[in-house]
Amino acid sequence: MPLNLVVVSAIAYVALLFAVAFWAEGAARRGRARWLRGPLIYTLSLSIYCTAWTFYGAVGTAARTGLEFVTIYLGPTLVMVGWWALLRKIVRIGQVQRITSIADMISSRYGKSTALGGLVTAMAVVGTAPYIALQLQSVTLSFAALAGPAQASLNDTALIVAIGLAVFTILFGTRNLDVNERHNGIVTAIALEAVVKLVALMAVGAFVVWGIAGGPSQTFELIEAAPIATWELQPGRWLGLTMLSAAAFLCLPRMFQVMVVENSDERHLATASWAFPSYLFALSLFVVPIAAVGLQVMPAGSNPDLFVLTIPLAQEQDALAMLAFLGGFSSATSMVIVACIALATMMSNHVIVPLWLAMREQGATVSGDVRHVVIGARRASIVGLLALGYVYYRFTGGGAFLASIGLISFCGVAQILPVLLGGIFWRGATRIGAGAGLILGFAVWTWTLFLPSFGDGVAVSAATMAEGPMGFGWLRPHALFGISGLDPLLHAFFWSMSLNTLAFIAGSLLSKATAIERVQGAAMVNVFRFGSGARGWTPATVEAEDLLMMAQRILGGREAQRLFRAEAVAQGKRGFLPDVTPDFLTHLERQLAGSVGAATAHAMVGQITGGLVVSVEELMRVADETAQIMEYSARLEAQSEELSRTAAQLREANEKLTALSIQKDAFLSQISHELRTPMTSIRSFSEILRDGGDMTPEQRSRFSGVIHDEAQRLTRLLDDLLDLGVLENGQVSLRLETVPLSGIIDRSLSASGAVTRMAVARDPAREQVFIETDPDRLSQVFINLIGNAVKYCQAPDPRLDIRVRHAGAGLDIDFVDNGAGIPRESQEVIFEKFARVGDPDAAGGAGLGLAICREIVHRLGGTISYLPGQDGAAFRVHVPLRQNLSAGLAAQ
Amino acid sequence: MSDGKRVLLIEDEPNIIEAVRFILSRDGWRVSTHSDGADAVDAVRARAPDLVILDVMLPDRSGYDILADLRADDAMKELPVLVLTARGQQKDRDLALRLGATEFMVKPFSNQALLEAVRLIAAPSTGAPQ
Repeated sequence: MPLNLVVVSAIAYVALLFAVAFWAEGAARRGRARWLRGPLIYTLSLSIYCTAWTFYGAVGTAARTGLEFVTIYLGPTLVMVGWWALLRKIVRIGQVQRITSIADMISSRYGKSTALGGLVTAMAVVGTAPYIALQLQSVTLSFAALAGPAQASLNDTALIVAIGLAVFTILFGTRNLDVNERHNGIVTAIALEAVVKLVALMAVGAFVVWGIAGGPSQTFELIEAAPIATWELQPGRWLGLTMLSAAAFLCLPRMFQVMVVENSDERHLATASWAFPSYLFALSLFVVPIAAVGLQVMPAGSNPDLFVLTIPLAQEQDALAMLAFLGGFSSATSMVIVACIALATMMSNHVIVPLWLAMREQGATVSGDVRHVVIGARRASIVGLLALGYVYYRFTGGGAFLASIGLISFCGVAQILPVLLGGIFWRGATRIGAGAGLILGFAVWTWTLFLPSFGDGVAVSAATMAEGPMGFGWLRPHALFGISGLDPLLHAFFWSMSLNTLAFIAGSLLSKATAIERVQGAAMVNVFRFGSGARGWTPATVEAEDLLMMAQRILGGREAQRLFRAEAVAQGKRGFLPDVTPDFLTHLERQLAGSVGAATAHAMVGQITGGLVVSVEELMRVADETAQIMEYSARLEAQSEELSRTAAQLREANEKLTALSIQKDAFLSQISHELRTPMTSIRSFSEILRDGGDMTPEQRSRFSGVIHDEAQRLTRLLDDLLDLGVLENGQVSLRLETVPLSGIIDRSLSASGAVTRMAVARDPAREQVFIETDPDRLSQVFINLIGNAVKYCQAPDPRLDIRVRHAGAGLDIDFVDNGAGIPRESQEVIFEKFARVGDPDAAGGAGLGLAICREIVHRLGGTISYLPGQDGAAFRVHVPLRQNLSAGLAAQ
Repeated sequence: MSDGKRVLLIEDEPNIIEAVRFILSRDGWRVSTHSDGADAVDAVRARAPDLVILDVMLPDRSGYDILADLRADDAMKELPVLVLTARGQQKDRDLALRLGATEFMVKPFSNQALLEAVRLIAAPSTGAPQ
């Protein structure tokens, strides 16, 4: 077949993938083609498990060792069918914790440890490099088989393929990859590749069975006759390989990417749990027939790894051969693309960006250049990974059997399994234990399997292989602790996993988990019980307004108001301000987390409620998360504006937090002033009285009078503070009665002593209306308003009008005096605690009275407001005629 | 004793004014008072007291601003000023002293301590208080 045709076909196929990815991306963005996010595509995307190794190598394995290839399918099948509850747990944790990769998962579980993230990343990279080499090798070999080996040297072809894949992956994977959302484009393209793989293999299989052998029964005869049939099962190796492939299925970074990160709905797993094993079954159906027929019809010495391709070629079925080539090409490219994307995410998130942030003195400031760092890091990672794969390919000389390279990789990434399972099932697992297990397992794997795989004398000298390093016989790579005679793979798998698990358990038992590890451990282990990890809130002294202000900054005005209004309605309240309950805080935090990340949201809510002193760990997590937020945003090349918006929001949120902190200081300082002032008089006069000396009896009695008055003032202030605290916490219970309004006003007027000090005009006819309310509380409000008029109205002939009128389902009761009124600029703040006018150092606080009034009236289902433009100070109290039942209940 | 020196008390709380006036008068000081922040500087200028006791949280104007204005005026640069405030944090003390307060006291105060402070700063050149 001419080389040009092969190259053009490959490029045309890649263009088709691009087109599909592009279309799917667009359709998903516009909300069309919902099946693109359905279980079918999800199941097919899982097929990146089957790489070129499975596509070509399964037949090769079958031709060499009979049915052993089945183990590679058996492992994942057992996991999918038998242990899909585990997958569901991992997926749930991934969703709840917004996990971006397997490294992120491990790092998150063990206290957001940067070191563990980096370690897992390093292991994944080293474990994946052979795998990429494998894909290079398979594409190179299939290329050579199709176009003829004379066309180009194998190494050159491998290099070109590596470069091509790098370019392709960068274009494909760093164009619009975004961990926040699902990558419908890439996943759809991979699903298409899965179909191509399956169709190609089945077509070749069908051709072999019916085209060459002449039907199923003849095929069975051929299989019986082939040497395959006589190979025996080795139970140990079977068990080992099945476990190994099951472990790798769970731990491979690319599998984690499609299974967890790309999962849009947990329920897809239910479908995949039977559909994916079926896919594997279909894929393996013709493996043995192809191997048997190939051994029969192909010349001796043919590479069985390429039977899928060479049998159609030998039979001059060029179209079928092309289909087989594309099938293998699909397997290789989809694996490389997803693996590179997953690893590039891990490398940039857990190695490059942390290093970069650590090198900058400022730490995590949001700025435009982060985007470039992250994108650059990701692209460099992709190039680096493929370069690594190419180097590995050159070192091993492309000589090893396909399958053995794959198994080396499997064994490397399987080292993550103990730490992963331990992390989500055992709360006692600690960072130290995880680190110890990973390092030991990885070291054993490197020594016993990875380094020897380069070939005799390349990485490990022949002498070392035979006698151990520096004569330590018990450290021989293929006979650790003197146990020789095992299959090298099984030997490595057994020792690495055993020592890994032992070190993990021992390290965890011997070390103590930090607080954040315990929190994360509990959140992951109990993910189904607690949902989002249940970091609950107790309502401290927090104002719904403060929360609303913060939420508006982050969610935007409309969304924040919608959220608060919905909650208020759910609580049976009017307006935008619900009671601040623990549930609401948790809900709010979750909403905010969607915008600024969980740790930041937690810290923000904590700051405002005062229920949390932000710890160093929290701050670290905020920084960590901020870095991730920046990094997510950075990836949206097309949405760079969003990054600056996010940055602005973070800045604003920060300013807001600072402002709130200042407000709190001001409040405390004000309380301190309000308490100290009466105490000053009391102390000073009591000292005067105590020390005796010249004093008239009048002075003496006057001074004790002052002490008495000031003591009462102190008591009132404390009562007010406690009253307000009770009201704000929603602990107040209303005693509802139906009474005439006039009676409440009578009581209030006499209690405030207004009648003797100012003229009071009333409207007796309109006051004859019965309202259902808490008369004591309402009269507390009236007394306060009337008292203010008495105190502040400076008119020569002070006068107070009390007007009543029906308004909607309630009453408006206005209190209007003829004094100077309240200056316009202060009208908005008078209902705040210790609201003061102008200079914060100036005195003259209105105290807590109006703040209490506002709280009471809200409890009673009404509103209180200042009426501008009247003769003097004018307040309007609006109360409902009847209490809304649910509001009444909510208030209690 | 004070030899009839004049103290100007700038303070808005009537009961505190009464207490300070009583304590200082009994010690021989001539006490005048002013309870508004806005024209406090003019009041000091007009009455030219030997010593000022200055509250911080006044209506209309902060005592810190008043202090700064006093110190900016050559005639009153050296005038002893005792800042007497209910704001007792270290930062308040620092601010007051930086702005040129001669002494800083927190409310509530002991009458004896107030007297001693007033005597001390009113007669810095004559050495020890009496």
